[in-house]
Amino acid sequence: MPEKRNIKGWGFVGPGLLWTVAFFAVPLLIMAAYSLFQRVGGRIVTDLSLSNYLAFFSKPHHLNALVNSLEVTLITTLISIILAYPLAYILAYRVPARWQRIALMMAILPFWTSYVVRSYSWLLVLSNNGVISNVLQWMGIVDGPVSLANSRTATVLGFVHFFTMLLTLTIFANLVQISPNYRKAAADLGASRWQTFWRITLPLSIPGVMVGAFLTIVLALGDYITPQILGGFREVLLPQAIMLQIQRQADFPMASAMSLVLMVVISIIFLLFSRWLKIERM
Amino acid sequence: MMRRAFKNIPAVVYVALVYLFIFMPVAVLVLFSFQDSLLPIPPFQGPSLRWYQAVFSDFRIMGALGNSLMVAVVSSALSCLLGFLAAYGLARYTIRGSGVVQWLMVAPLSVSYLIIGMGLLITFKTMGIPKSLIAVIIGHVVINLPLAFAIIYSQMGEHQANLERAARDLGAAEWQVLVLITLPLLWPALLASFFLSFTLSWDEFIIALLVSRFDVTLPVEIWSLLRSGLNPKTNAVGSLVFIVSIILVFVTEFLVFGRRKSQ
Repeated sequence: MPEKRNIKGWGFVGPGLLWTVAFFAVPLLIMAAYSLFQRVGGRIVTDLSLSNYLAFFSKPHHLNALVNSLEVTLITTLISIILAYPLAYILAYRVPARWQRIALMMAILPFWTSYVVRSYSWLLVLSNNGVISNVLQWMGIVDGPVSLANSRTATVLGFVHFFTMLLTLTIFANLVQISPNYRKAAADLGASRWQTFWRITLPLSIPGVMVGAFLTIVLALGDYITPQILGGFREVLLPQAIMLQIQRQADFPMASAMSLVLMVVISIIFLLFSRWLKIERM
Repeated sequence: MMRRAFKNIPAVVYVALVYLFIFMPVAVLVLFSFQDSLLPIPPFQGPSLRWYQAVFSDFRIMGALGNSLMVAVVSSALSCLLGFLAAYGLARYTIRGSGVVQWLMVAPLSVSYLIIGMGLLITFKTMGIPKSLIAVIIGHVVINLPLAFAIIYSQMGEHQANLERAARDLGAAEWQVLVLITLPLLWPALLASFFLSFTLSWDEFIIALLVSRFDVTLPVEIWSLLRSGLNPKTNAVGSLVFIVSIILVFVTEFLVFGRRKSQ
């Protein structure tokens, strides 16, 4: 009987598992194999070597893409946390309960707009003759049109916009789960508002910040759209560099190697954050 | 209520400023979709519906819209079906190595879409499979199956198991238990998975860009519209996509949270 049950169970799990293995695990393995090949004169040579990885870490324009990505991601994450935390705090503790849900939904509504469209809409605000340029000219701060697009600032702004919403969500979810009794007890024992915040609320809300920060880092590191639309080519981030290898050079081995570097970086970040990322079953 | 809010003016000002930041690009997008001139930049002239007209009479955009809907429906349905079967198998049967199976089923969640798309592109290229919408569907099932599986699996509690056992004791066959007991009990989780998958597939760009060629989905079509620079037509498409996404979110929200409240 247990043997038979076992086989039946596999019958149910089989199709989904097969799909994931065939179209996720196997492609990753093929990509790993490809990363050891080389593209020489338009042909792919299947001699195994680490030359793509060596090229990545020795040529400044490749390595710079990784460094740029890490810098932009770090700046984005810090600014987003600083913007999102007070918002989540106010929504969780200052907004009356019956307004809370609607206020939160409003705060994250644009989060659900199409990713491509969202980056484009920032272009409307930032570009030469865009909204900001017009407002600045109208206020007399600048004389002619100014463009904030095609710069690191634009990329960071687009990222911060998206991830402030994401972090507000994770921090809010964490803050509303903290029992009010802790804060009441602190107040009863004579703690000031600031002391209660620094000693009680903030430490207890770190998991929410960390989960949000992890998602921010992983999604920002792997994103091609925002840097491509808002940042342009003046400064290339790693996903842009990978896409350049595919679209301009048709160098699939190099693109595979760079993708695996990105995957390893994300795995390291996962390990660093793993103590805050426990998934609980309902 | 208002009095409480006014007590904290810095908080109100802060929230207002962040909301302004969050809504500014979307507001500009929608406003200038009604622009009555050739550029979606100030000053605003209008309102005019000419760009919406242009969108609805553009057969490329309409074709891409149809493709997007088709890809989203098929990939979400497949994700839910495979996710449901896998969750049922793992929750109700003892399987050797179930820990590894679970880990594999959710593993794609930890990998960037770009890398998943790259892997599929190289695999299809190696095997000589041409770029197509079917390839996009395959990719979207890869990214949505883990979510559908996780959502449905998390809802398969002891309560359902007891009802299934009762049905079996009363003589129901396996398929009867599945169709008459398990499916109706899991309906909200299935719907939530379906709409979440639909939303993500509807918006997904990089995999669709990498593995499709002639027939493309809407985000890829919008991407190629961007090459023409700032254009009120892009605003109009974007506003329409925004509205569809918002409707999807409200439906999902209602299904997931409306349910939770009643429990």
